[in-house]
Formats: sequence, structure tokens, C-alpha cells
Amino acid sequence: MIPAEFKYLFPSTVDEAVRMLAEEGEDAKVIAGGQSLVPVLRMRLAAPTALIDIGGLTELTGVRDDGDSLLIGAMTTHYEVQRDHLVQDHALLLRLVTDTIADPQIRHRGTFGGSLCHADPAGDLLAPVLALDAVMIIAGPSGRREVPAAEFFVDYFTTALAADEILVDVRVPKYTGWGAHYEKLNRVAQAWSIVAVAAAVQVRDGTISAARVGLTNVGSGPVRATGVEEALIGQPPSSEAISEAALRASSGDGYKDNLARVLTGRALTAAVAG
Amino acid sequence: MHISVNVDGVTYADEVEPRLLLVHYLRERLSKTGTVVGCDTGNCGACTVHLDGHSVKSCQMLAVQANGHEVTTIEGLARDGKLHPVQEAFRSNHALQCGFCTPGMIMQAIDLLADESDPDDETVRKGLEGNLCRCTGYQNIVRAVQDAAQRMKPGAGPKQEQHSDEHVSSKQPVGGE
Ligand SMILES: Cc1cc2nc3c(=O)[nH]c(=O)nc-3n(C[C@H](O)[C@H](O)[C@H](O)COP(=O)(O)OP(=O)(O)OC[C@H]3O[C@@H](n4cnc5c(N)ncnc54)[C@H](O)[C@@H]3O)c2cc1C
Ligand code: FES
Ligand code: FES
Repeated sequence: MIPAEFKYLFPSTVDEAVRMLAEEGEDAKVIAGGQSLVPVLRMRLAAPTALIDIGGLTELTGVRDDGDSLLIGAMTTHYEVQRDHLVQDHALLLRLVTDTIADPQIRHRGTFGGSLCHADPAGDLLAPVLALDAVMIIAGPSGRREVPAAEFFVDYFTTALAADEILVDVRVPKYTGWGAHYEKLNRVAQAWSIVAVAAAVQVRDGTISAARVGLTNVGSGPVRATGVEEALIGQPPSSEAISEAALRASSGDGYKDNLARVLTGRALTAAVAG
Repeated sequence: MHISVNVDGVTYADEVEPRLLLVHYLRERLSKTGTVVGCDTGNCGACTVHLDGHSVKSCQMLAVQANGHEVTTIEGLARDGKLHPVQEAFRSNHALQCGFCTPGMIMQAIDLLADESDPDDETVRKGLEGNLCRCTGYQNIVRAVQDAAQRMKPGAGPKQEQHSDEHVSSKQPVGGE
């Protein structure tokens, strides 16, 4: 189908974009890579009156080193994240997750920030961003504010962003030297997760010293498996310890509960191995 | 809105509605019907073109988002009446039946080969993940992409593909007396 009519605006700075959003009112929307929004417009599931295209805001692209953490620009594409050496060295989990998103064409256009703002519970970046304790840096009419991932994801397709706010950067603490793995169950013809588990594990002197585990698509938003994380600390990276900890993964739904446990076990086994 | 887009080497300046999809701009305004539409959801990949040298699904973009950029479609691949090596490889490996997926498959295969000059089976299948074919069962498509990789190897090309008379005549006859 052909999308309904809208006005198209192309700001050249974040401040200008925020001003345009405020002026155009509630029914205006940001368009980033458009890989979720364009199909929504085509199927007329939404009919925004104005689209503010942030594709020209070069200040929002790329990954920067910020001491103890990385700053990932909201407009950094999946393709760029896959090839970024800072991500590879300090947030390996994000690269492994991004490798599984959609297909090459979608990854050329789709953005890191767009995935998080869209907040599809099956979106792959939500759980790892939550598990890695990332912080969202948001621009609005009264300046910038920071929202931890745990407060950012509110419900199905709903975030803490107000209608006149834009996600600018995502701050991800460095996890240098941690093992990581993303274990994803999906249909062959569709890359979307049925259930997936994002795991990052730090092993020191033969003992698990820290762990981060996030679950994709087991509820209305990403779920952090804190019970699993706690059960791993101080344990050897053995299959017994992992199986024991994985039993604590839970989704509240029988079928997905079982999947969550099995996939957590696999994700942890692969994460401690590398 | 006024846009200026370079498509297959020609710059076009046009007035378009913001809601016009890039694929419809290519097909209906520029008559580049080589690029086709197969779905409403961004899944099939039939509409794949290159935007500034990277593959994208042209049904997943607005024409206004291509303003100031360079687009290459299946119609821009042939040079001086000669098919692109990937097009040739699809033809000689029977990599199409109805042919509907072919323009997208070829555009995506070229993108893949830019990153992977000698892809194995698995790499080709992964690289073509976003392109669906309802006819072939993919076997010959994978073969064609691997054949194209050989044709495009450094040193390969029209010259190397020719058998010179000298080479042929130096062959010894095989078999009995
Ligand atoms: C066929 C197909 C398969 C896919 N498979 C997967 C998959 O397996 N896993 C997966 O995770 N994703 C998948 N996706 C989605 C893909 O990852 C998208 O890139 C992503 O969901 C949205 O990113 P975008 O930049 O395209 O955002 P857009 O589509 O431009 O925007 C999405 C939403 O976020 C808002 N938004 C975007 N950026 C900002 C910002 N900076 N500030 C405020 N609001 C913003 C927009 O207003 C819109 O509401 C798939 C998409 C398609 C079409
Ligand atoms: S027409 Fe199916 S992906 Fe574009
Ligand atoms: S040849 Fe018919 S869809 Fe691929």
C-alpha cells in the first residue's frame, strides 16, 4: 500500500530537530533508518502528520571512546556496529547480537537507536542493552537527560521518550575481555526472535566473577535474568554450574519458560568458552 | 518536495510527494521497471538496489531519503551491451525460473561479493538471507554466485575467459589410435 500523506522535514542539527518535533505536535514522528517505520506507514498502521528525518544528523553517527564507556550514536547503522573495532573490543555482545538482526539490506539502513526507540519486544538489541546497564542520552526542548535502560523500556512498543524528544546517544560501559554469546531461536524465513538470550560473562582465575544475562521476547519488554547472574558468581565456568544457574531463567509462560532455560544454558556455555 | 538523485549514472531533478517510495519513483517516474516489488513488509528483497554502493530495499525507503544520493539498479549494470559477470553467471548456471527475484538477487550478490571475494556455500546463503525465491530452491543461485566470484577474481575477465587458438591446438588428442 501507499502511505498516507505527511509533511517531510530534514533538520541539520539535533536542536533544530527537537524544535521541529515540538512545533509539529503529537502526531509528528522521527524517521531514522525507516526499516520499521516505512512498513508501518505502508500498512497504514500509523499515519503521522509530519516526519522529521534525522538521517542528515552526522553528529548522531558513529561510536566514540568515552573513558570507562562507549558512546554509540543513535544513527549508527547495524552495519557500522558490526564492523566497529571499539564495539568488538569493549562490547562484543552487541556485535554478536547485531550480526543476527534481519538481513544485509536492512542492516545497511536500520539504526542502533531506531531499534531501541521502536521497542518491539522481539527486537534483538533491547535485552543486551538492558543487561549491559546502558544509559540512554535523550535530547528534548529543555536540554538533555539520561535514562537507564531499565527505565527506558516501558511496555510493548513504548519507551520513556516524550513526543518531543530524540534519542541521541547510548552510553555502554566497557566489558573489555568478557566472553559473550547471543543464542537466538527464530524461524528460518524470519530473523525475528521467538526467544533469545544475550549473555556476557567475566571469568577470572577459573571463576565466574561477573555475569550479565538478558532475555528477548519473553514479555512486553526485555527481561534481565538477575537470578541467573547471581547464581553464577563465584562458580567455576562448568556445565554443572551453568545448568544450575540456567534453571533460574524464567518468563512466566510455560513454553517460553522452557525455551528461556535451554537457551540460557547454551548462551552461557558459549560465552564462557570465548 | 524537490529532489535530485543520481540513478544509474544519470542525475534526475524531480518534484515528488514525500510519501512516494523509492521503488515507485524508480519504476513509475523513471520507467526503471527492472526493479520489482514483491511484498509489503520488507521481507522479499525483490526491490534491492544499491544506495551509495550498499544494498538496500527500495520499498523500505522514501524517494526523498535518496535526495543527494547515488542509486544503482539492475538496469545500470551492463556495460557497452555486455552483461555484468554476476548477470552472466546467473544465466549460465540456470539460477532463475520465473525470474521475479532475480534483479534483487543479483544486486544483493554484487554487494556480498564486494565483502567476500570467494564465499563458501554458507556465506552465500547468509548473504542472500534477505532475498526470497519461490521457484529455484536456491541451489543454482548459490552456484551462480560462486561462479561469479571466480569470474570476478583479480586477473579474471573477458581476456582470461577466452581460449586462445594456441592453447586449443596444443592439446593432445585423448583416446585410442
Ligand atoms: C524484514 C525485516 C526484518 C527485521 N528483522 C529484525 C530482527 O531480526 N531483529 C531486530 O531487532 N530487528 C529487525 N528488524 C528491524 C530493524 O532492526 C530496524 O532497523 C529497527 O527496528 C528500526 O531502526 P530504524 O533506524 O530503521 O528506525 P525507524 O524505522 O526509522 O524508526 C522506528 C521507530 O523509532 C523512532 N525513532 C527512531 N530513531 C529515533 C531516535 N533517535 N529518537 C527518537 N525516536 C526514534 C521512530 O519515530 C519510529 O517510531 C527487521 C526489519 C525488517 C523490515
Ligand atoms: S518489495 Fe519485498 S522487500 Fe521490497
Ligand atoms: S526464480 Fe521465481 S522467484 Fe526466484
